[in-house]
Parts: sequence; structure tokens; C-alpha cells
Amino acid sequence: MQFDIEINDEHVTAKRGETIKNVLDRIGIKVPTLCYMNGFSPTGSCRMCVVEVDGIPGLVPSCSHLVEEWMKIKTHSPRVIKARKTLIELLLASHPNDCLYCEKNGQCELQVLASELQVRERKYQSKRTPIQIDKICPSIERDPAKCVLCERCVRVCNEIIGVGAIDIIGRGSESRIGTTYNKGLNVKACVKCGQCIQVCPTGALTEKQSFQAVMEALNKPGLFPVLQFSPTVPAAIAEEFNLKTNKDVLNLLRAALKKMGFRQVFDTSMAADLNIMEEAAEFIDRLKSQKDLPLFTSCCPSWVHFVEALRPGFLPKLSTTLPPQQIMGRLIKQYITSSAGQKPEDVYVVSVMPCTAKKDEAGKDYLKDSETRFVDAVITTRELIKMIRLMGIDFSGLEPEPNDSSFSIRSSASKLFGVAGGHLEGLIRTIHFNLTGQELSPLKLTDLRGLKTRKETRIRLGKQLINVVSVSGLANIKSILDEIEAGKGDVHIIEVMACPYGCINGGGQPKGSDEKSLKGRMKVIYDVDEEEIIKVAHKNPIMTGLYEKFLDRPNSDRNKELLHVLRNSIEIQ
Amino acid sequence: MDEIIGIVLSRYPAGKKEGLLPILQEIQEEKGFLTGEILNEVSAYLDIPVNKIYGVAAFYDQFRFKPHGRFHIQLCNGTSCYLHGSFPLLRDLEKQLKIKAGSTSRDGKFSIEIIPCMGACEQSPVIKVNDTSYNKVTQEDLRKIIRTIKDKSE
Repeated sequence: MQFDIEINDEHVTAKRGETIKNVLDRIGIKVPTLCYMNGFSPTGSCRMCVVEVDGIPGLVPSCSHLVEEWMKIKTHSPRVIKARKTLIELLLASHPNDCLYCEKNGQCELQVLASELQVRERKYQSKRTPIQIDKICPSIERDPAKCVLCERCVRVCNEIIGVGAIDIIGRGSESRIGTTYNKGLNVKACVKCGQCIQVCPTGALTEKQSFQAVMEALNKPGLFPVLQFSPTVPAAIAEEFNLKTNKDVLNLLRAALKKMGFRQVFDTSMAADLNIMEEAAEFIDRLKSQKDLPLFTSCCPSWVHFVEALRPGFLPKLSTTLPPQQIMGRLIKQYITSSAGQKPEDVYVVSVMPCTAKKDEAGKDYLKDSETRFVDAVITTRELIKMIRLMGIDFSGLEPEPNDSSFSIRSSASKLFGVAGGHLEGLIRTIHFNLTGQELSPLKLTDLRGLKTRKETRIRLGKQLINVVSVSGLANIKSILDEIEAGKGDVHIIEVMACPYGCINGGGQPKGSDEKSLKGRMKVIYDVDEEEIIKVAHKNPIMTGLYEKFLDRPNSDRNKELLHVLRNSIEIQ
Repeated sequence: MDEIIGIVLSRYPAGKKEGLLPILQEIQEEKGFLTGEILNEVSAYLDIPVNKIYGVAAFYDQFRFKPHGRFHIQLCNGTSCYLHGSFPLLRDLEKQLKIKAGSTSRDGKFSIEIIPCMGACEQSPVIKVNDTSYNKVTQEDLRKIIRTIKDKSE
């Protein structure tokens, strides 16, 4: 039902069941928020979005208050603005005074609000008990002193990731975001996806920086620093530095990285093709023996951690194929640079990933040869952006650097890894060819595309029909796992990505991943698939060479040793 | 699984979140305080993340994560007791035993717990040491009580 209400003396149409904020958003009136998150149920805890409604004595939070027919609303009256300003002043009373040294300086929502509301002095001073920074997690750091208790991280962790690794501990003025027995973020439930970092309005949650280690490696004599970047990185860099997203972006990025001192630059996509080759063979073997189905993809480190720590019953169903980052690291050290005369221990592999959990993955015990790690350091896309700025790289003055490595050819299937459903799409293309001898037609699987968290389709492989599902947002996988445990469901392959919509929305991506920018990043990837000539992993000429010179046939014993891993359950209290 | 935890859990349906508070209360009644093992078992049984359970339990004063001291001192802080000076008593208590309300001393001898109301308002302020009640306690009385339990604890 529609009716008229009055906002700032103007008539506006509203619908029953809408919140005041819904109406304000529609007509373009901006009210400040701290705890509000689009698509989540409102908590109304920060009170920043309060408005004045005629006839209601107190101010009401517009994010949770529903519109009613008689309402006359003032969104920016002196009383409202004063209340908002006081709220910020009160939050700042217990906030550290170290904006200049804060990781989020310049990107902090609290800072922006304080500036917008003209807060120019510390009006209140509250007693602050020193709280230690929680550095125990290999991927994420928490500084509770900077927390404004908006609970965004708690809600994302509960509702989207579904693991509830953090929660409000204590009550009233003693409330803190914390973990069981305040033991820090090294809890079983934390999958290190970094979605909490993405929603944190302040510097309370940040990734663990590997920035310094990488800078040192770049300047250490005798070391041969090389870099690989995930297929999602170029689009995010283009977005950040306002570059056109065409083929030049890759060459510009390569030029920038070379300028910074990386001796060779690789696109992880090539390893994604290899991942598809191995995983396709693995699936076909499982399909023939009808063992350990459905096959779960294992590229997403958060998902792998979830299985290792919380649902170890599913370990045998995980694909044993190494994730592309690790395959690439291993190939670089054992094959590519060694054929150029470098010793593996002198090569320093840096990965740029849209992901915080990849930092944790790189440190896993099973991902190294004796003492040499496959990947030495992982930085997020955000850290790379900072590094580019620090090194004074100006993209407008750069000459695009064409690809100099023979290991950079990749199919567009590998590019699809960046978006949920894409890995599955690429995998099916190769499985289809390997089983039937014919290319899948059409190659494009529209059912597995788009901004949805659950996508599924049915594929005909000769006489057989197989069901495949792509799930993103880890919370959505639970019901599927329960069904499989109960012996229900007839699914053959399940692709799982912890972050909603996949790596384009990863915990290490630049902040502010709204629907529009996600669609943009998605389009960049799909466009590559449209334009690329090689659209399937098995047509990548590097694969043929690698399988002839270095590897055995896919999923063979030799390859299992090099490109696969058996994972075990992990015990963390 | 611990037998007592198992018995308590068996009285409640698995996976039903509303059982959380009574389960924690009953287990604590038997065990004295909540351990990591207890939280993990309850988490698995009710399908609630363990951190969530800790968050809920940490919200309420009634739940403890450490055992009581040998001398467990309960101090009533209801309206009547508050008006009759429970707050200065608490301050003295914390100062002399060198522990905060809600915690247990390192040597395991003393613990202080604040009770919202003991229902003995006409006797306020009220303090209980283990099973012994002390009524209309003055600061002088408190000093004596503390001296007695300190002597006994040696």
C-alpha cells in the first residue's frame, strides 16, 4: 500500500513495510550510518541515522523504524545534527588519538563522519583500559581499542560466513568484540576470509601486513624476487587507479611491478589451467570408481580451513589438486626459474591475492619442499595498491610492458576462477572434452553466471548426466553438507567459495565492494572469456609442453606428488 | 563426553537453541563453572558456534569461567543493599582481597560475586561467605569477616 509522507517539508510517496531509511535512499537523502549494512537486518545500535519525527518525543533510528502515513520527518534539523555530532564525540572519547599512524587513515568511516559533522576537538575524555592488539591470527589483526561496537563484523561472520568466530563478549560499557576466553582470533571457527575487514568502519580489523617482508626481499642482495598475481587483481588495480580495463592493464601492471624490482612477473591464471587439467582428471577417476563423490573444489583456503577444522568428515571429498597459487609457486621454484639457473632457495615468490586467507594457506606445513615454501609471502590487492603508491609509480607515465615470459599464456577458463561459478565452468569444459572427445557446446554456462550465491546446472557427458553446484558465502554450504551427510542429494561437483560471489569480493580486495563495482569486476572477467581465443584449459599450449617435459599424465603418481596434497584435520581449541 | 554434561544435554532436544541458558545453568550447577570442554560440547549439541555461546554466557553475571575460591563471598547489590552502603563494602572487599568482583584470587582462596538481589532487603546490606549469611553489615563488620576468613585460609 502506498501513501504520502512528509520529509523535510516535501511530499514523498512511501510504501507500507519500508523503513524510513529505505525512503530516504530512494529520494537521495543521505543520513550517516555506522552499523547499517545493506541487505542485513538492522540492529539500530549506532544511532547515527536518527531523524526527528513529529509527534515522537525521542529521535528515531531511520534504519529500523518503519514509515507510517502520518509521518512528518526532519532529517537534518539542528536537533538531529547535534545528536549525531554528540554521538561521534562520545565514540571518540574512548578512541585512540592516532589517526596519522592508523592503517585505515583516509579510509576510515569514523574519520569521515567526524569531519562531516565538524568535530574539531576531543570534547569528552573517558578512562581507557589498554587493550592488547590481537596478532595471533596469520591473516587478520584486531585492535579492539579502535572498535566502535557496530557489530558489522559479527553479523557478516554469522550471517554470510556462518561460522560465528567473533561475538560481543561482556555487557554494557564492558562490551568488546572477542573470542572464546578472549584467546584471540586463532579459533577453530575463524576461516580467515577477511570479510570482517571489509565491513569494519574503522581500523579495528586489518589484514596482517606482509608488506615489510616483501620490501626487504626486494632489496636483499642475492635474492631473486618474482611475483605472481591472481586473475582478479588487474581489474581491481584498474578500478583504483582509474585505468581503462582493456588488455593494456595487464601490461601496465607488469611494467609497474618490474619497476618496483620484481625480476619476473607471472599471471597465476596459467596455474589455474593446470589446476583444471589435474582436477578434471581427478574427477573423471572418481566418477569411474564412484568414490568420494561429490568432488568439492579446494581452491578457496577459507573453505579448506572450514573442512579441516570443523567438518573433517568431508576431507576425502575435497579435491587433492593444489590451489593455483601453490601450483604456480612450485612451478616457479622447481621448473621455471631453475631452468634459468636460479636455485629454489634464492627465489622469493610473492603472491598478490584478493584474499587474506591465502596468507594463512601459504604458511601451511604441507605446502613446502623441505625448508623452501612454495610461496614466500602473500600480499593482498590492498597492500599492492599501497606499495605502488609508496614506490611512486605513475601509471600515466608508464610504457606498457609486453609479456616476456613464455609461462603467461592462459585460457580464459582460468580467468573465470575469480568469480563464483567460474572455476566450475572452466572445469566442466575440460571434463566434457576429456570424457566425450568433443568440446562442450555452447562453452558458456549461463546458469553458473551472475550475482547469485547459489548456482546450479546439469551437464550431459555422453550418456551420463551430472549435477554441479556453485555455492558462495560459506554459510550457504551448511545445508548442503548436512544433506550429503544424511545421504540425500545427487550432486557430482560442488564448487565452494567462502566470500559471496567469489574472489572478486575477497577479503583482500579494495574496500567498498558494492553491487555496482562487483558487477563491473564480474563483467571484466566475462568479457575476457568472450574475446579470448583459447577458452579451455586443455588447449593452452603451455599445458602440452609442461605435460611433455616436466609432468606425467594428469592425476598420475608423479603429478600427485607435485601438484596434489592430502589434507588432514587440524586441531585448534 | 563427560558424564554429567551428557546427562544434562540428554534432557534437551538437540539443535534447539532455546535450550542454551538452562543447559548452561544446569551444567554449572553440577560443575561449578564453565570450561572450554563444556562450551564445545554444548556448541556441537545445539549447533551454535562456540564463540556465540561464550558471548551469551559472558553477558550474564551468573556464569563463571573459573572455579570459586575456597571462600566464596557473595555481595548483594540490590536496590536496598545499595542504598544501605553495599558499594563501599564492595570497594573495601576488593581492596583487601586484591581481586575484582567476578574473579577468583590466584591462590584459589577467595572469590567475589555480586548478586543482583538476595531477597533479604530488610536485613540489608547482606553478605554471604560460602553458606553463612551476614546481615546489616557495617564496614567494621566487614573488616572482621575478612580477618576471620584470612586467618582460616592460612
